Amino acid sequence: MKTKNSLRLFFSYALLVLMGIACIYPALWTIMSSFKVGDSLFSDTFVPKQFTIKHYSDLFHPENIAGKQVPYVRWYWNTLKIATMSMVLGTMIQLLTAYAVSRFRFRGRKSLLSTVLVLGMFPGFMSMIAIYVFLVQLNLLDTPWALIIVYSAGAALGLFVAKGFFDTIPKSLEEAARIDGANHWDVFYKIILPLSRPIITYISLTTFTGAWMDFIFARLILRSRDQWTLAVGLFDLVDSYSSTAFTLFAAGAVLVAIPITILFAFTQRFLVEGLTSGANKG
Amino acid sequence: MNRYARTAGWLSVLSMGLGQLYNRQYIKGVLFLTAHITGLTYILTVLSKHIYGFFTLGEQGQHLVKVGKIYKNVPGDHSIFMMIYGLLSMMVVLLYLFLYVMNIRDAIANGRLRDQGIPVKNFAASISQGMSKNFPWVLLGIPILGVLFFTIMPILFMIFMAFTNYSAPEHIPPKNLVDWIGLKTFTDLFTLNVWSNTFFGVLTWTIIWAILATITCYFGGILVALLINQKGIKFKGLWRTLFIIPYAIPQFVSLLVMRNMLNDKFGPVNQYFRFFGLEGLPWLSDPFWAKVSVVVVNMWIGIPVSMVLVMGILTAIPKDLYEAADVDGATPWVKFRHITMPFVLFSTAPILITQFAGNINNFNVIFLLTKGGPSSIDYNMAGKTDLLVTWLYKLTLENNKYNIASAVGILIFLIIASVSIFSYTRSRSYREEDMIQ
Repeated sequence: MKTKNSLRLFFSYALLVLMGIACIYPALWTIMSSFKVGDSLFSDTFVPKQFTIKHYSDLFHPENIAGKQVPYVRWYWNTLKIATMSMVLGTMIQLLTAYAVSRFRFRGRKSLLSTVLVLGMFPGFMSMIAIYVFLVQLNLLDTPWALIIVYSAGAALGLFVAKGFFDTIPKSLEEAARIDGANHWDVFYKIILPLSRPIITYISLTTFTGAWMDFIFARLILRSRDQWTLAVGLFDLVDSYSSTAFTLFAAGAVLVAIPITILFAFTQRFLVEGLTSGANKG
Repeated sequence: MNRYARTAGWLSVLSMGLGQLYNRQYIKGVLFLTAHITGLTYILTVLSKHIYGFFTLGEQGQHLVKVGKIYKNVPGDHSIFMMIYGLLSMMVVLLYLFLYVMNIRDAIANGRLRDQGIPVKNFAASISQGMSKNFPWVLLGIPILGVLFFTIMPILFMIFMAFTNYSAPEHIPPKNLVDWIGLKTFTDLFTLNVWSNTFFGVLTWTIIWAILATITCYFGGILVALLINQKGIKFKGLWRTLFIIPYAIPQFVSLLVMRNMLNDKFGPVNQYFRFFGLEGLPWLSDPFWAKVSVVVVNMWIGIPVSMVLVMGILTAIPKDLYEAADVDGATPWVKFRHITMPFVLFSTAPILITQFAGNINNFNVIFLLTKGGPSSIDYNMAGKTDLLVTWLYKLTLENNKYNIASAVGILIFLIIASVSIFSYTRSRSYREEDMIQ
């Protein structure tokens, strides 16, 4: 029994270590490559023989990279701007929508909710062409605002997690405030919002990272190289230079991943809560 | 006794605002009347033309006109713009009709008040009363407008597009007109060999992929969670953090990194293969191995999420169940089989189905990793790992076959909708069974 148990533990540990390596290898390899001399994908050792920070400085001085147009700082700024603005607008819209359908019983509520469910079943970029034509007409194509509008306009459709959260806030709180003479806005600002910190964090995070990482619409809407976001730019770096700009890509990827990973580490709790609460809804 | 209500109602049917004026709500009445006049003029002069255009989709494409002595190219009707303007106009007309109905209902309601001898409210009071009574709609106003114009309208447009011949090379405005062709796009997709081979090939792979991707991630997640949760395993928190790393890295970054790692010639994966004296494998360029690669890489991305979910559920299993089992002398396997597994499966079954639906539309993993490739001569504008969604993307953006693409989009919707409806009814039956709670 004892030996059987330790054998089990031994295999478990072996499996855990193997999987652990598989989990961090890509990240470590990318970090190592970003410090490697030269620009090729190939490397005979895992830890580079010589370290350099040239690729990082190249990212900030695009004029040093001959033959490649990589306005990395520009892309970073674009992405940051778009993600932040979409986060603010999207979170507001999503909160208000979820609040309205969770706390009020009004005519048309049921059909509203089923419409949202049905809309969620269409592939997101089914709407691509029409949106494209719209944006051409509004003269917004190739501007960050177009992307912000597209992300925020769709934000309301992700209301179910927040609705689940609002459903759990007891109604008696509101009723008490109502008796004390509070109106709808008072109730929302003074009672609901302070209680909603976790869900606000969750929504802001998901909308921010969603916009930070989106590839499909960014590629459709942002046409000129200077307007690109990081996702589009890095994809192009891999796609058009393939293995000859790898170290540059690696450095770029590290700089993209660091803030998101740090953000994730600090807010893990909320993310996990949101995931599980979404799951319980079914 | 409903003299006022009836008169006010009929007056409002006659024209917006008359009923309100009759009820002595002058500001409201004038506003409704103005809305009525501008609305009607706009509809009759501008919108009706657009709506007519929606049905004809234009009468003349780009053509030559003799100006003086030379022929000049004159732009004709742009069918696609006509279609969109037509749709927009119909929406405005619907809004107008909605306003009309509201106006009648308002007139009747206030007439009824007067019948009962209650004075009607003045303008400011009725505004604030409306705001408060319809507060949810006030909150929902902007979101609904956003969804209407950036989701519903575009989806309607795409659905209509499937019934036209809008596709390269012959029917691309402004050079040529686009026409309604009914169901021909769908029959082409199913019966013309050029399309049907690709469609059924891609569809089969999409379904295989969705099943494989869902199952591997799901059971992989359960396995990892159970491994960590075993008695006797130390540093549980450390393992958990380690395995969550793939979830923390932005997806497009890890996918692009993976694409390089799997590079045939220079990638480290094949390098290790060669180090052990093995021939490297064509990870992304051979149809079979490309499929293996996308499934494995997807596991790498998806297992952490399932792991987190399952770990949450494991902590929620009541301890006394295990204690009772211990008293009855159950072996670890029996406990696992009869307590842990049923619990985990029942609480996560709904996610299994949403993940399945999500995988059908998993654009990023495929497009960023293989771009749908390797390309193949058996397929029309698609590669061997293309899913329906990535094929749709290529059809629209790279090949301008808009009508085929929208038909494919509609079919994807039908697949997802049937899966979701199935899941909905099933999860209802779960709830009714009350197996756990």
